[in-house]
This record gives sequence, structure tokens and C-alpha cells, in this order.
Amino acid sequence: MLLEVDYERWPHNADFEASLHQKYMPDKTRSNYVPPKSRGNAAEAYALSPIKVEGRYHLAPEHHNPMEMHATTVIVEEDGTFTVWDKTQGPQSVQTYLTSALSLSKDQIRVLNPYVGGAFGSGLRAQHNVFLAVLAVLAVLAVLAVLAVLAAKMLDRSVRVTLTRQQMFTHVFRPEAVMDIALGAQPDGTLQSMIVNGVTDTSRFEHNMENLVIWGLINYKCPNAMADYKVAPRDTYTSSDMRAPGAATGVNLFEMAIDEMAYACNMDPLAFRLHNYSDIDAMHDMPLTSKALKKAMHEGAECFGWQNRPMAPKSMREGRELIGWGMATGIWDAMFSPTSARATLTGDGRLHIATAASDIGTGTYTILAQTASEAFGIPIEMIDIELGDSTLPECPTEGGSWTAASAGAAVWLACQSLREKLFKVLGKSGNISVWLTEGLSNNTTVLQDGFLQGADGNETLRLPLSEAMSLTGQEKLEVEETAKPGLRGTISQMRKARFTHSAVFCEARVDEELGIVRVKRLVNAVAAGRIMNPKTAASQVRGAMVMATAMALHEESLMDERVGRFMNHSFAEYHIPSHADIPDMDVIFVEEQDQEVSPLGVKGVGEIGMCGTAAAIANAIFHATGQRHRNLPIMSGN
Amino acid sequence: MRQFSYSRPNTLDAAQRIPEHTRYLAGGTNLIDLMKSDVERPKHVVDLNALSMSQIEERPDGGLRLGALATNADTAAHPLVRERYPLLASAILAGASPQIRNRATNGGNLNQRTRCHYFYDPDMACNKRSPGTGCSAKGGRNRIMAILGTSESCIATFPSDMCVALAALNATVNLTGPEGERTVLLRDYHRLPQDTPWQDNILRTGEIVTSIDLPPLSFASHHTYLKIRDRQSFAFAIVSVAAGLQMEDNTIRKAFIAMGGVGTKPWCVPEAEALLEGKTPSLSLFHGVAERLLQGAVTDRDNAAKLKQAPRVIIRALSQAAAGTPQSQTQKNTF
Repeated sequence: MLLEVDYERWPHNADFEASLHQKYMPDKTRSNYVPPKSRGNAAEAYALSPIKVEGRYHLAPEHHNPMEMHATTVIVEEDGTFTVWDKTQGPQSVQTYLTSALSLSKDQIRVLNPYVGGAFGSGLRAQHNVFLAVLAVLAVLAVLAVLAVLAAKMLDRSVRVTLTRQQMFTHVFRPEAVMDIALGAQPDGTLQSMIVNGVTDTSRFEHNMENLVIWGLINYKCPNAMADYKVAPRDTYTSSDMRAPGAATGVNLFEMAIDEMAYACNMDPLAFRLHNYSDIDAMHDMPLTSKALKKAMHEGAECFGWQNRPMAPKSMREGRELIGWGMATGIWDAMFSPTSARATLTGDGRLHIATAASDIGTGTYTILAQTASEAFGIPIEMIDIELGDSTLPECPTEGGSWTAASAGAAVWLACQSLREKLFKVLGKSGNISVWLTEGLSNNTTVLQDGFLQGADGNETLRLPLSEAMSLTGQEKLEVEETAKPGLRGTISQMRKARFTHSAVFCEARVDEELGIVRVKRLVNAVAAGRIMNPKTAASQVRGAMVMATAMALHEESLMDERVGRFMNHSFAEYHIPSHADIPDMDVIFVEEQDQEVSPLGVKGVGEIGMCGTAAAIANAIFHATGQRHRNLPIMSGN
Repeated sequence: MRQFSYSRPNTLDAAQRIPEHTRYLAGGTNLIDLMKSDVERPKHVVDLNALSMSQIEERPDGGLRLGALATNADTAAHPLVRERYPLLASAILAGASPQIRNRATNGGNLNQRTRCHYFYDPDMACNKRSPGTGCSAKGGRNRIMAILGTSESCIATFPSDMCVALAALNATVNLTGPEGERTVLLRDYHRLPQDTPWQDNILRTGEIVTSIDLPPLSFASHHTYLKIRDRQSFAFAIVSVAAGLQMEDNTIRKAFIAMGGVGTKPWCVPEAEALLEGKTPSLSLFHGVAERLLQGAVTDRDNAAKLKQAPRVIIRALSQAAAGTPQSQTQKNTF
């Protein structure tokens, strides 16, 4: 079947610069949009400031490009329902999308994504492939409507739509951005005024928004500040969230300006940041649940050897290379979303955990198993984790670094509740040993390593879970719990702000004559509350630092505005770092106790590594060469 | 991918009797990609891998013969290449990735096609891909495009690293075809686009590259392959320079230079090379050579930076060659 398409040619604009003239504030803002809040009189304070820095900073558009391309497989089951295997960060959001787009009910569509080969935000919303795959099935069914009975049988095979790498450049991307930043300070380095005006691009048919301009206003003490944010429409697909949306752009570009101001005040960049350190959310004038950024700055600086840094740019050299040391701070939301989880204890004594979370390669299976093991008192080998299925208990789409805190809390709660249920059911059972009867009645029984035993730790009197289950006379015990901020939490969420923080240090080497930049060392000290698993957490931070290195030096989607198409649509010409581009990276997690931020004290680490790292690299290039580059990526020849 | 017929002849003779719309397959690292992108649409693919053309052997004149089917990896690692032609080994190692070099062949390297974004996108006008449709690289996103040897109809860069070194070594290419055997200079193998950009080289229908000959003069002690790219590995050159000098008591007796990343073919200017002969190395001399090499360069929307960078790369490369301190392709921290 060939389709002929006729279309009318309308004038278009795909040029970001040109679209800036049409920038606007959408009538309806995105639900997670945080409007910038001004304080003092920034314009006047800026005019009166003896030291001023002003500039336009720019970030090129980037595409997520996870290793695994977007793909969907649809299977028509015998009962006429659809099973959809999709690459997504949220199986339940894809289910919702499909039910509303195709007028189907929830029980007609099941979406599965047990394993996801990376996403970085490209899987937050349903992409072309899902719609096309399901539509293809429906189209065939429609054609065969007359033979409805035969339809399912005739479609005795799955339908799959896979995007090519080239097509991965036809959907979501990190928006191109400009930020006009003006900073005013006293000669002693005290910030007097911050003015931040930022614009990101969106399509003509949707208003994608980012929290671009707020980060400096939140993170720095400064009596006068104002910010403005707009979106600029161009005739492309809609930009969207990509790892640390808003902050990856806004924090890095702002931290490049802060570095300029530190130098304008002739102050060490770290000392300048400490001098203007805010202990509160300075934009909302709100206390924080915690902010161990000072500790991160000190520990990071010590690990890096920052104290030996000469202030003057272009003062270190080895062979033909200039050496520069730069730093920046990072900040990202510490979010928590209501999440449900189910915990089931089966007759064989195994614990089954289920929630509709997605593991996009971050290690969610691992940390949820760890959480369940600790919460229930059972070895990890006896736990099965089930994720990535729209039929499982509700879990928000994976993203925003909230999964560890949210799904972790739900699993914790479900495990505790299941243990209580087990004890209760056992207590009512007539045929248990005396020691256990006593222990359960006076609350001294504990569940540890998969055994019920007394608090005294007497190992001769202990009962394995499988035997405990047979004593209950039930095939399985099951609970489902939902973790919510709760009453106290809700109040705290209104009264306190919550963020992760980081301090990033970089050594860059620059062959000035040839314009070649090498990142030689990166140290990232992160304050992210409780770290569930240092290995998987450090891996996430390192991954983000690689991505941020690309933001600083490599990644750029090249728009040919004549046709509205990104032209370098392959990995040959869209450059992500090769191994040779990435140095040894040190990730430090500093101690940060925070009982308020989320039930488990977890803040999440998926995105913080993006925030600040690109600026630290750009600032190191300045320190090496004495030249400021305000456009990212900084490529050879610039 | 479109359907095609596939054959794997056992003799050169059979490989040369081909129907229209045939492409030869060697390593496949470029052809298969292009077929998947719908840029190459051969009706017939003739696989050359059953032919024995992978030898690397010494020549009676003291030179070396590289079989067309020898892989890039085997060539760069061959003891005679490493010892006598380190310039070639260095250039090969500067290109692609180990995985690709393990598959890619020497003959295939000569015949690889441009990496122009517009050539790779079948929806865009491109005279090289679809003759007569126009050149959308002109006025488009052309940071990677050529500044030398361009024409109104094409500004696509020839992307090879290896061929730049072969040009600097003044290698010759041995061909065999229905009309018999012939030998051409590597420097004459690739064509300027002019008004027929779809013809990348001088190969005739049914003609096959059988081997490449390296002359005895190998510049083993005074050479460099200096490559500037957008990341430190696995990227095509923005500017690259292969330089070979024959030195005698700090005097340059013979000089060969070729450039990559800037031209529509490996870029050589005999007049620029002549400037060096009989002279003592100096920055001002190299500066003059750079000026001559880049004479006639034309930049477009995004690629003016190449003209700024190229002289610096030329001067550095010549300095390295004269001093006998070539760029290492494995130690990424030395430039």
C-alpha cells in the first residue's frame, strides 16, 4: 500500500537567533515550572556596582542519543488486548498515552519495559515509535474488521517499529539556549546584583519550558536579583527534557559568569563562592532541608589540590600545553513523588517486590533489592524485583533523580508492613514454638538474614522464612503500600526547599596554537543525602560527568535552518566523547544527614553530575589560556 | 536496505565481468553504512574477499607493496611498515577505531566516500549522490567541508587519513580492469569534483585496485602525521598534515607534504614542496610553505576556521618532521 501525500508549502523559521524576536511566556506553564522571583532592585544595584560582568552565554542543542534506539513491539493477545513492549522511562505513562490517543481502556493495553538501554529523558514521553506500532496494528485490524474473528489469528505475529539512529534526531532534544547574565559586585567580592534573562527554544505547536534562570538566584546570597524566562518558537519538533533539564544549561552557563566575576574581583573562584554562600534558598527566602555544599567544596578542593592553584591565568604550562584549573558548583532538585510498591512473601520463603518503576541502566533493581533486604531482614539472594510493567503498583515515570528516593521509600514501607503482617499472622497461628510465641507477644522477635529469631541472637532458636510460611497455612502473604510525603512531610515541603549540591574541579590542558583541549582530571564532590549504593551512585555521577564533558567540548546538533533539519544525524558526525577524551574521574560523596528530604533521607544522584561539570571545564580553559568562551560546546578553531 | 544480488568470485577475471549498478565489497565499513542509509543503492554487490590480495611484500627496488585486501590494522602493525613507513602507520592509526581498522582494507580506504552531511541524507540535494540535484552543503552546515579543490557543484571533503600519508609518500596504485593493468600515482587517483562530483576517482567500470606500491624513500626519520579533530579519537580530520622530509646536515633535500580534511582530495602542491628543498628548517620558511599550500582556498558559511587553523597545523607538522619528533597516535597527550 503506497501513500501519496500532498502538502502546501508555508514559510518557516528554524533559526534560533531569528526566533528570539518572537519569544514569549506561555499562558499555561508546565506543572514543574518554577517562576523566577526577584528581590531588591537589581537594575539599580547593578548600575551602582563598581564591578560589573555582563555577557551572552549560549548552549547548542543536543540530542539524547541513548545507545539503544527507541523501539516498540506490539503483540495482539488471544483475548484481543495489546501487549506493548516499549523503550520508555514510564510504562504507565505510555499506557495512559495510548488509552487516550486510541480510545482504549486500561485493561486493553499492557506496557512492558523491564530493561531499558539508556534514555536520558528521551523516554519521558511516548515517541513516534509507540504510536506508529500500535497504529499499524489497529490499521490492520480495521482493514480486517469484516473478518474480525480472524483478525487476531491473522495477526499471529508481532508488529515492531524501530527508529534508526538518523530518526533519533527527529524527536526530542535539549533546547538551544541563550542566557544574558549581568552581575554586579563590590571590590571585596560581595555580590550586589544578579540579572539573568534566558530563552530556550520550543516548537510552534507545544510550549516546552525549562527551569533555566533560577539556579543562581537560589544558590547565591545577593540582596538584589531578578530573572526573566521566555521560550522562542521555531518550526522543529518540540525540545524536551534531557538529563538535568534547565539546570544542566542554566547552572553551567551561570557558573561560567560567576567565574568571570570572581576574576573581575581578583578573587579565587572558590573563595568567591564561599564569600557569597547562601545557607538558604535565597530566591524563595526559605530554609533548606540540608546543604552540605561547603563540605563538598572543601573535600573536593582538597582531593584536587586546589590550594596550590596560581590565581593568574596562563601561568601553568607543560611542554606545548597550557594547564588550567577551574571549578564550579552544581545544584539540582531533590524530588520525591508518591509511589506504590507491593511486597509478597511466598511459601518458599522468597520475597517478591513489584512496582512500575523503570530501571534505565541506573541500578534501580539493585538498590531496591538492597532496600528490601535491609527493611525486611532477608538476604538479597532471596529477593525478586519486578519492574517495568504497567500492571504493577503505581510509580511515577523514572526521571528527575526521584526514583531512588520515591520507589525506595515505597519498597521500605511495603517491607516493614509485610513483616508486621507476617508476625501478626504467625502470632495467631496455634502451632508455633514457645520461644516464638513469647517473642511475638512481647515484641522481641526479629527477622534477620531470612530467619525469625529472638532479639538475644540465640541461633539455636530460629526459624527460616519458608517454615514460617508453612506455619501460617497460607500460600503467600502480600501487602501494597504507598509512600507519600505525609502530613509532616507535606508541611515540610511547603516550608523548606530541597536540593542536591556539588562542587566540581577540573584540570584542562590546552594546546593554544592548535586549539586542542584535553580534560586531564575531574573531581566531583557531591552532597546528595543518603547514598543507597556507592558503586551505582558514583557510576551515575561519572556518567553525567562524561555527558557534561561532551556538553563543554563536543555535542552539538547542527540545524540547517533552510530545511529545519538537524544535519549531523549519525554518531560519525554527532560527537560524544571517546575513551581518549575522558580522564580519570574522582567522585566523592560527602556526609549529609537529611531526615526531612525524603523518608529514607535519599536525594537522588542521576542528574547532579551534569550541573557544574561543563562550567568547571570552561573555567579551566580560561585559567589555561586567559580567554573566555561563552558558547558551549567549545570546539577546536574557536 | 534495498534488495541486491550478491556474488563472491574466486578469480580477478570473474570479478571484472560485472553488470551495471555493481559495487565491490571489501571490508564493508563504508559501503554497508551507505546502503543502510539508502545513499548507495547497488543492484549487485560483488565481494572481493575470496581473492588473494592481502599480501604485504618487499619490492625489488626496496619499496613495499601493500595488497588491496590487507586490512588497515594489519598494514599499520606490519613490521616493515612500522620500521620503514612509520608515517603511514601513524596516519592509519589516526583514523577510525580499532574495530573498523580490523575490517577496513587498503583498497577500500582509497574508495571510501565523503562524510558530507548532505551526501549522507538522501532527502537533500547532492550532486555527488544524485547528479544534477545541486549542492546543499554550500550555504549549509559545512564546518567539516573542504576549502581547497571545491567547485560550484561540490565542496565535500575526501575523508581518508591513510591516503594523505600515501600522497606524502608518493605512492602508486596498481589497477586491473577489462582493458588491462595500469599504474597511477596516488596523487592522481582521486579527482577534483569540478562539474562531475559523482566521480570520486579515475576507476573505470570493472577496474579493481589490486595493490599500492610505496617507493623506497620512506622518510622514516623525519616525518609526522598531525591530525586535528573534534575529539581525540574516532573522528574525521578537521585539518591533517602528512609531512616527510629527507634531511642532510639540517638541510632539507626532499620534501613531501599532503593535507587532509581541507581538500576534496588528498591535497598536494608540488610548488609548496619545492620551496623546502635545499633550505634549512625555520618557522618563516614553513610559514611560506603554508601560504603556498593554502593558496586559492575558498571558505563557506561554517568552515572559515579551517583556514585559520591549517597554517598552524602545517607549521607544527613541518617542525615535528624536521626535528624528528612525530606525533604519537597512541599517546593522546602529546601534540
